[in-house]
Amino acid sequence: MRKNDLILQTVTKVAVFIILLFSVSIFFGGHYSPGGGFVGGLMTSAAIVLLLLAYDIKTVAGILPFDYKIVLAVGLFIAAGTVASSIFFDLPLMTHAYRYFDLPLLGHTSLHSAVLFDLGVYLVVVGVTMTIIQTIGDDDE
Amino acid sequence: MFDLILKIALIAISLATLCLVYRLVKGPSMQDRIIALDTIGINLIAIVALTSIVLDTYAFLEAILLLGILAFIGTIAFAKFLEKGEIIERERDL
Repeated sequence: MRKNDLILQTVTKVAVFIILLFSVSIFFGGHYSPGGGFVGGLMTSAAIVLLLLAYDIKTVAGILPFDYKIVLAVGLFIAAGTVASSIFFDLPLMTHAYRYFDLPLLGHTSLHSAVLFDLGVYLVVVGVTMTIIQTIGDDDE
Repeated sequence: MFDLILKIALIAISLATLCLVYRLVKGPSMQDRIIALDTIGINLIAIVALTSIVLDTYAFLEAILLLGILAFIGTIAFAKFLEKGEIIERERDL
């Protein structure tokens, strides 16, 4: 008898978006409230793991066609690039800068280059977690 | 007065968690233990919420949502392991 996961799959379709939204909110709120790149990345991979639990590896690879090892590499590149870019302004390594911008929709906003470093951390955490889970969770081959 | 109520609630939830730990240790079947773990997670959410009222801070509100999500995903993973024997399938046989 084949089991049918209708309830799990329907709940997953709703819950994944809530978890992803929460992870993005935790990622961008990291400067002023608890959170940041690490927890945000873990929550994003939790959403992907929920998809993997409700569906299978092939379906999820169709939904999110990423090679997570490349995601990891891109994250490391962004973080290292943010750290190294202060050299070009004759400043010590890891010197961050910020400035206020008048954005069309968001108004008077301060943009800080630490967010780019955090984005690197986020991508590295997602890449490492998903690589580990997919490698271990795979059944055969 | 309000402090007293908070302390009584914390003690009550701690006692409930203690009963769940008994079920976790004793539970005859695996399903009982999983349900006990899930409920311990939800009691932890209540404890964190009451503690953040006692400490008068907003800093733990993310932790509450985080615990809810993690308890949900962990319980689903355990349930799928008990039902199918594997947690992540390579390809669904449709």
